[in-house]
Amino acid sequence: MTNSQEKNTVKNTDIPGGVIDRVTGPLVRAHGMSEAKLYEVVKVSDEKLLGEIIELHGDVAAIQVYEETAGIGPGDPVFRTGRTMSVALAPGLLESIYDGVQRPLKAIEIAAGNHFIKRGIEADAVDMAKKWKFSPVVKVGDTVVEGDVLGEVQETSVIMHKVMVPPGEGGKVASIQSGEFDVTEEIATLTRADDSTASISMLQYWPIRKARPKISKIFPSEPLRTGGRSIDTFFPIAKGGAGCIPGPFGAGKTVTQQSIAKYCDAEIIVYIGCGERGNEMTEVLNEFPHLIDPNTGEPLMKRTILIANTSNMPVAAREASVYTGITIAEYYRDMGYNVALMADSTSRWAEAMREISGRLEEMPGEEGYPAYLSSRTAEFYERAGIVKALGSDGRIGSLTVIGAVSPPGGDLSEPVSQATLRVTKTFWSLDADLAYKKHFPSINWLTSYSLYAPNFEDFWAKEIAPDFADVRKKAMTLLEQESKLLEIVRLVGMESLSNGDRLVLKVAGMIREDFLFQNAFDPDDAYTPLKNQYGLLKSIMVFFEAGQAVVNKPDFDFKDFADMKSLAGYTDLKANTKATPEVYQSYQDEARAEINALA
Amino acid sequence: MSQKEYTDISSIAGPLLVVEGVEGAKYEELVEVNVPGENKPRFGKVLDISKGRAVVQMFDNTSGMTADGTRARFRGETLKLGVSEDMLGRVFNGAGQVADGGPELIPEQRRDIAGEPINPFSREFPNDFIQTGIGSIDVMNTLVRGQKLPIFSGAGLPHARLAAQIARQATVKDGGEFAIVFATLGVSFEEAEYFRREFEEAGALERSVLFINTAADPVVERISTPRMALTTAEYLAYEKGKHVLVILTDLTNYCEALREVSAARKEVPGRRGYPGYLYTDLSTLYERAGRVKGKPGTITQIPILTMPDDDKTHPVPDLTGYITEGQFVISRELYRKGVFPPVDVQGSLSRLWAAGVGEGKTRADHSSLKDQLFASYATGREVRELAVVLGEASLDDTDRAHLKFAEEFEKQFVGQGEYENRSVEESLDIGWKLLSMLPKSSLKRVKPELIEKHMPKTKVEA
Repeated sequence: MTNSQEKNTVKNTDIPGGVIDRVTGPLVRAHGMSEAKLYEVVKVSDEKLLGEIIELHGDVAAIQVYEETAGIGPGDPVFRTGRTMSVALAPGLLESIYDGVQRPLKAIEIAAGNHFIKRGIEADAVDMAKKWKFSPVVKVGDTVVEGDVLGEVQETSVIMHKVMVPPGEGGKVASIQSGEFDVTEEIATLTRADDSTASISMLQYWPIRKARPKISKIFPSEPLRTGGRSIDTFFPIAKGGAGCIPGPFGAGKTVTQQSIAKYCDAEIIVYIGCGERGNEMTEVLNEFPHLIDPNTGEPLMKRTILIANTSNMPVAAREASVYTGITIAEYYRDMGYNVALMADSTSRWAEAMREISGRLEEMPGEEGYPAYLSSRTAEFYERAGIVKALGSDGRIGSLTVIGAVSPPGGDLSEPVSQATLRVTKTFWSLDADLAYKKHFPSINWLTSYSLYAPNFEDFWAKEIAPDFADVRKKAMTLLEQESKLLEIVRLVGMESLSNGDRLVLKVAGMIREDFLFQNAFDPDDAYTPLKNQYGLLKSIMVFFEAGQAVVNKPDFDFKDFADMKSLAGYTDLKANTKATPEVYQSYQDEARAEINALA
Repeated sequence: MSQKEYTDISSIAGPLLVVEGVEGAKYEELVEVNVPGENKPRFGKVLDISKGRAVVQMFDNTSGMTADGTRARFRGETLKLGVSEDMLGRVFNGAGQVADGGPELIPEQRRDIAGEPINPFSREFPNDFIQTGIGSIDVMNTLVRGQKLPIFSGAGLPHARLAAQIARQATVKDGGEFAIVFATLGVSFEEAEYFRREFEEAGALERSVLFINTAADPVVERISTPRMALTTAEYLAYEKGKHVLVILTDLTNYCEALREVSAARKEVPGRRGYPGYLYTDLSTLYERAGRVKGKPGTITQIPILTMPDDDKTHPVPDLTGYITEGQFVISRELYRKGVFPPVDVQGSLSRLWAAGVGEGKTRADHSSLKDQLFASYATGREVRELAVVLGEASLDDTDRAHLKFAEEFEKQFVGQGEYENRSVEESLDIGWKLLSMLPKSSLKRVKPELIEKHMPKTKVEA
């Protein structure tokens, strides 16, 4: 297999290649490249700027350069490396922060000696000298196939790194070590079927533009729990699903993405800051080591990998950043973990594609975007999924992909939004009007959808409550009725409504303000376990059902509702993050009794 | 350094010059162009370099250039600006030349005006509260040191007065004053002069550096003016340890200059004719704000832009909003009502507010009070809309209290004098005073203890 051969090529040999003909921004053309292959990594000029071949015409290569090209000109040399754009996969990835082409930003800071990103810096993606304690799980004489786990390394306090047989390898275990090793040392040798020997270290490479192989995909049936009430209850996403968050600026895309990254029950988080603000990445870097993961009790950073290619960093590296991120995510998925990947924002990725395409003088599609925008987008989201990983032990891993989209002016008819909507099944529509009213998360409950929800009905019934799906559906219906009734109120006023309609408005208002409204900056409010979400929503719906029975009585005065103790009590119930099912039950009983007494 | 002169100019179109037969030139290299009959050279940079041919984007006008006789010299370096601490108190033109009649500067350093991206790992999160003395900003949309927060305005709105007020009044808790780097991009002479006078009258001129490119100056010069301003700011902040406030006005003119160059290059346009890389280009300006590890100085940026037809979805405000950490929006409605400064508190946003408020920074009640003011004001405005349709008679007491609250909030809280400098405590207290107009049961975002502690006992009558 080409990959295993590639793995074994020495990393830093520079083969003399061609000579530059033309430089326009991040795009460089060079001739004398007839031996180069498509997507091969090259080093441009004597400064050794990292680049990748994206087109070949005869011996002329078009190269996208991942660093600033000022000062480069015709006549400068181009060096080949013989390998395609790949990421290094080994223990030590977790807790790292990388640029778009997997260079650790910390190493860049040390090499540059100041706080600016200097170009031409080469840095290993993982610490090559660090010793890891490797414990084998196979023994000499065992037969292993690609993807089988050879041994384990405790990578962080929460994650056990599984060292797997690289794809394309396999055979009889001829030797296996135990003890402390760095990632390049041999930890095992395999005797292949043809009697040749394969040397295995903890480090492997994988080309970023190619999805990692798996045995099969599985239909997603379990939700990713995020602690966000409007997400988990109303518009859930599957473990292994794909979702998108489009919204105008200021609607809260980043806050929503970060909340999911903080609280969701995935074991590994890959967070890609793709063409976004520098300070946002700094915020994540500052917060995550201190924030405690509600699922493990350990700092969030222990399960996180950050990729930060901010808006002012080179645009070609931004194009690569989403691929770098998703390849790393797939690697952990293959170990059998639930991985969640956030890409903020895929619009900037698409813009990077547009910029490169424009400089290649390709025929533009819609709004100047290349014609392959939608196929690339689809390919990217299709790398999400719940899979049976390579290997003979039947490990199941999942990769959930959540992409933010930044449509110009919030207009979803633009190409990136449309290309994304076609391939994602959960759509959280962030709404400028809600954001203006400071209703957060500004997920519009009328236009958002989750096509996964029907898949979860069994899960909800078994894990949460038999009537979860029912309560959810009724609540959503109420919100829809509310929007129609509000139209009427706007035209003719509240007086024209029947008591029944007013009850709908009252309860829908409670769902909006007391259930959907969630303060991401309040540590108690930001995360609500699914069972508590159910308890809260059910309590509101009990109020509605009991109310329905009394409001239509002829002498009923709607004002009586306003003074009810149980209404005031709901605020306490919401604040009680440790409420047990009994607490909700007793609240519901009280509310029912109080309403019935009105009759 | 290649110092050969080239005379084969094959085309001059708009801001672009095509030079043939070029050898050894590099991308982004500075080009000196000598026009026959002129003793001062004009400058440009290499935009596209292929074998024997360079496309040069001029920073100056191309008018009066001739294909014959014009000589281009490639300088072997990128455009650099000589910087020194003596720039404070001085005025420069948009090309960075002394424009106040004073002596030439002796630069301490020459820095590339394109700057370099800050490593996100080396950033420090901005979290020092800046008191602007303007309640609608300090309480509702708090500015912090190292933030980039633009003013979204429209034609005929008083953004210049607001920006000048911020520049005059901005202080931090430790009492430090800001050095101000101010650049105008294609604004009228009057507006540029207004700022200069304001700084002078407030005694702020000696801590300011001014770069003036007016509407009469070359359009493409505007592309380098903000970069010179930011290069100066970086020098003052990271080398000299100063806290720098950068004000750029008006970014819409800057984007139009970019569009002009892009059109001349016949690039595939993005929205409304602006180039597809407008976002990336703007980010190379806006992201030059912030704090970095181990350096005492900071850069806070307040770019001003006018939204054509007050349209927030126009590419310039839209892409700006995606990069900056919030925005102050100027409200035409409030301006018409005579409220100054007419900050649209709901439409405005400071993404970093949470880092700048609370105990030890402003006051413990700040965050809840802010939430409550937002919520009550939003309710008040909804009621106002409802009252327009249905008449005030249809409102109940709570609604009426909110209606009155919204009025007074605009008048007393948002509205303040152009020269009134409110401490944040004063602003917070005004907020509490106004909340006392509302029934307590509608104050859901503030805890009863806070009401007890801060709300004045004598109520303002609704």
